[in-house]
Amino acid sequence: MKWFGPRLKIQIGIVLVLGMCVLAIFAPLLAPHDPYTQNLMLRLKPPVWDDRGSWAYPLGTDNFGRDLLSRLIYGSRLSIVVGLMAMLVALTFGTTLGLVAGYLGGRTEQVIMRFADGYQAIPEILLAIVVVAVFGGGVVVLVLVLGFAGWESYTRVAFNLTRSLRERPFVEAAVASGAGGRYVMWRHILPQMSPVLTVIATLQVGQLILQETALSFLGLGLPPPTATWGNILAEGRDRLLVAPWIANLAGIAIVLLVLGVNLLGNGLRETLDPRRADRR
Amino acid sequence: MRYLLRRLLLVPVPLIFVIAFVFVVLRLTGDPVAIYLGLDATPEQEAVLRAELHLDKPVPVQFGYFLLDLLRGDFGTSIQFKRPAMEVVAERLGSTLQLLSLGLLLAIVLGVLGGVACAVWKDKVPDFLISVLAVAGQSMPSFWLGILLIQLFALDLQWLPTSGQGGWEHMVLPVVTLATFLVPNFILVMRVSVLETAREQFVVTARARGAGPARALWLHILPNAINPVVSLVGLQLGRLMGGAVVTESIFAWPGVGRLMVSAIFQRDVPIVIAAVFIVAVTIVLANLLVDLVQAAIDPRIRLR
Repeated sequence: MKWFGPRLKIQIGIVLVLGMCVLAIFAPLLAPHDPYTQNLMLRLKPPVWDDRGSWAYPLGTDNFGRDLLSRLIYGSRLSIVVGLMAMLVALTFGTTLGLVAGYLGGRTEQVIMRFADGYQAIPEILLAIVVVAVFGGGVVVLVLVLGFAGWESYTRVAFNLTRSLRERPFVEAAVASGAGGRYVMWRHILPQMSPVLTVIATLQVGQLILQETALSFLGLGLPPPTATWGNILAEGRDRLLVAPWIANLAGIAIVLLVLGVNLLGNGLRETLDPRRADRR
Repeated sequence: MRYLLRRLLLVPVPLIFVIAFVFVVLRLTGDPVAIYLGLDATPEQEAVLRAELHLDKPVPVQFGYFLLDLLRGDFGTSIQFKRPAMEVVAERLGSTLQLLSLGLLLAIVLGVLGGVACAVWKDKVPDFLISVLAVAGQSMPSFWLGILLIQLFALDLQWLPTSGQGGWEHMVLPVVTLATFLVPNFILVMRVSVLETAREQFVVTARARGAGPARALWLHILPNAINPVVSLVGLQLGRLMGGAVVTESIFAWPGVGRLMVSAIFQRDVPIVIAAVFIVAVTIVLANLLVDLVQAAIDPRIRLR
């Protein structure tokens, strides 16, 4: 199966991810209708491939007669924004801690790494649910909650890499020539581990998007009528018998984006980090 | 023995994190008195309740009372059920544990078999198909998978019920849905682990001394390759619990997860706290169990 190598994975991944990003950015231009305009005369119209469908509403309408295609296009925005921002929160926080722990060692290392160990045993999803339940599912809350639920893997990787990089000649040379700790970490160590961090970060975005849509689906994200994929899927679940396309099209939208991100991440891992890519 | 003692000492650490976290979040939410009494309470009623809840004392003292209440299993009275929150949650724990254990079991069986199949037929058709399925499974929102299963097996074919609790037929769809949370990861980890173990010296030696490929796989490779999957079980317990919340909601499974979600909508704070605490204890104990199992099958961990 040589033909399905990292190259093809990255290509498919980029096409899917960029496609979704274009939809999200240019949503007002691309969406055929307003995602919030209700029209009770046009309730639950099926998609165009059904006999009763029409090109005016290519993917049909929902229970309030809102255009499903437009709602799905707008729904991509929240998932992409939350996925990326939460990843940045986790990446920044986790990497900084791991870098400092690995570079300074000693008591700092003990405190940070034991903290990471203890944190890992916490069921973060539960804490996310508690926070969202208490503060509501605003964008900022979702980003912070999901971001701070997933920082330890960066800390562990950054810590291990920093510890081995610290012994390397180019780092010792930099230290010997008088470079300060912050400079060495920022200019010499961090660039060395950026490929590994890129791979972890990409794969994490996929998981974060799934978590965001799951919270939305449970009704713990942005409240309806906001168009989010999780909300649309939850609304579709209540009408499975009459309008199965609502839930299923929202599910397909989620899968396409997350699959794109995951293919990109897997392809990058096999390219950038061949040692850990199980020697395919 | 020393390993067991050291491991037992670590048990309270995550629980303390959770308790402190819940306490901080609760104090940030504003005045619990307002939540309990509503808008039309008199100042006298408020003062009485404030004293009763120890809210007139300094924050560290409040935390002390909070801890004492938790130790006594007193999480307050549920607003929906008018009964002790702990009692309501405890009644649902059995259903959740049933779902979790069956889902985990199915995930381990499928994950190990899938991973071994991938490794045995590396770069052949089975490896390709299973790996592609695994990556696709990682991209699949489980709640949509659950809904697809309902559409196919409950609504179209009418083989299985859509939701609720009853005989074994009520369990099939929820257990399968929950297992798919973990199966892809298990497959990918098991695959790499078998491939890496197969290159170890002791496997090469066994083969050189005449052990056939099947004997090498079952006796030499698998007992060593299973370890990363066991540690993964421990790491993924939190995710599994998140999956249970979603699964219970889809299939109207009367467990702790569904109770928690409905309690959130009813603003039933005592239930939410009791549920979080019970689930955290369950996960911590399950983690302990996983570590002990791992120590039992791998002496290197005991001796470290």
